[in-house]
Amino acid sequence: MALSKEEIEHIALLARLGLTDEEKKKYASQLSSILDYVEQLKEVDTDGVEPTAQVTGLENVMRQDEMEKLDKETMKKLIELAPDKEDNLIKTKSVF
Amino acid sequence: MNLNELTIKQAHEGLKKKDFSSVELTKACLSQIKKIDDKIKAFITVTEDEALKKAKAVDKAGDFSNPLTGIPAGIKDIFCTKNVRTTIGSKILENYVAPYSGSVIKKLEDQNYILLGKTNMDEFACGSSTETSHFFQTKNPWDINRVPGGSSGGSAAAVSANQCIYSLGTDTGGSIRQPASLCNIVGLKPTYGRVSRYGVIAMASSLDQVGPMTKTVEDAALVLEQIAGLDKNDSTTLNKPVPNYSAEIKKDIKGLKIGVPKEYFIEGIEPGVEKTVKEAIKKLEDLGAKITEVSLPHAKYGLAVYYIIMPSELSSNLARYDGIRYGFSAQGENLMDQYLKTRAQGFGAEIRRRVMLGTYTLSAGYYDAYYLKAQKVRTLVKQDFEKAFEEVDCLVTPTSPTVAFKLGEKTDDPLTMYLSDIFTVSINIAGVTAVSVPCGFSQPKDDKKELPVGLQLIGPQFAESTILRAAYNYEQATDWHKKKPIVE
Repeated sequence: MALSKEEIEHIALLARLGLTDEEKKKYASQLSSILDYVEQLKEVDTDGVEPTAQVTGLENVMRQDEMEKLDKETMKKLIELAPDKEDNLIKTKSVF
Repeated sequence: MNLNELTIKQAHEGLKKKDFSSVELTKACLSQIKKIDDKIKAFITVTEDEALKKAKAVDKAGDFSNPLTGIPAGIKDIFCTKNVRTTIGSKILENYVAPYSGSVIKKLEDQNYILLGKTNMDEFACGSSTETSHFFQTKNPWDINRVPGGSSGGSAAAVSANQCIYSLGTDTGGSIRQPASLCNIVGLKPTYGRVSRYGVIAMASSLDQVGPMTKTVEDAALVLEQIAGLDKNDSTTLNKPVPNYSAEIKKDIKGLKIGVPKEYFIEGIEPGVEKTVKEAIKKLEDLGAKITEVSLPHAKYGLAVYYIIMPSELSSNLARYDGIRYGFSAQGENLMDQYLKTRAQGFGAEIRRRVMLGTYTLSAGYYDAYYLKAQKVRTLVKQDFEKAFEEVDCLVTPTSPTVAFKLGEKTDDPLTMYLSDIFTVSINIAGVTAVSVPCGFSQPKDDKKELPVGLQLIGPQFAESTILRAAYNYEQATDWHKKKPIVE
């Protein structure tokens, strides 16, 4: 299954992934060959088969909706990790 | 024997009897790292000063009742270790210093383990050779022109070359077992949910699991006892008692029913690997196991299922690397431009390829055909195992279809590289447990050199005791695990 340049560009944008023209070409052919490989799943009859997302059968694991207070040192470190900050806040470019 | 060559069990006994100190043990490992790591390149970060300081404090306290106290470990660089750089082998976290330790590391810290440093890995654990690391390639100590396997290749090489006493790895499709096999050590992937993943950087969340990489089966049992169990910070961990694995493994295997899945002995497996594994199966029979052939009819679809589910979940998990809250950040004209540039420059080629693939298979119009379909076949793969385990107690297969391959041999062709995981991925898909144990040596197709082969024992969910027992009995009856590489 061959992917077009437009499809590659669309996926890259969805993934927020900048690609060079050369990469677009390379990924179009590599992704196509991987997709060809996984095509084999089509031959498996899965009518009436439930999908598995959780292998050990756990579901809806609940906990109290309580806030856990972080110590000041860790909070400070978390802010320090941000590439751009001001006072005690993480700075980002405007969204709109 | 040098102290760095000891197993956990031996080192623990020595510390308890005061034959040597934790400082001496730690120094022996650090000196081995200094001596050979220029060649092996197993470590991204070595925490020499902190390790020696910790060892000194542990010696002073003098309480060695826990088997991991005072024992130096190399930890895969996927585990968040407080105040120590945690890179996941990626440029995007090149300068990330974890502000906290994950649950498993916290457990080791509570037992006063010694952190020697962080081991190299494929970027975001995506690879089978440790060649996708942003930093450098790790070499196989058995032949430095060959890969150590991956993604936990730094861990496997470090344990194999006696640079540490043991290591922790993670396994999403074989990343503990395959490098263990290629480096002649023991690697255990526990049942999904047996060990907490909190503070372990996520790759594919429905498949990821933490496990020990050790010199012996008994060591793997000792580590698992310490790290397994319920964690409120990981809702996939189960509230099940943690057995005394290190005692359980010492029972014999007389009458143990072991199945040989016929689908695992297929074209593409190196003849030497097949022969070695068949001899190992004969040995298990000699030890009293009952060997029967079984069938896992959907085994051949395991890899295709894996290469849909894994990239899908990876692309979703990696959405958080936006260059705003932490990690590498590129300058952009606006927010979108900053995202595009940060992720273009911060992620390596294999990550970008998999994020593209995963984004595609999850995108509108394709979700049902790919991700949902893969999850349905996943059910069938899982049922194959369940049916097999109605007949037998565990399964035995090769861990890898080949011995260690040459550096650069498979980097240009992703699909060929992916085939390295053909015998290991189904275990993660079904969430069951498996261990790789050294079972002999074989020549690769292109060389006369003898390289390690691993035997994979697979058990039902939460049957770690059973597979470790089979592996222990096999190991005790053979000498393969005692063979060590000579690094000059």
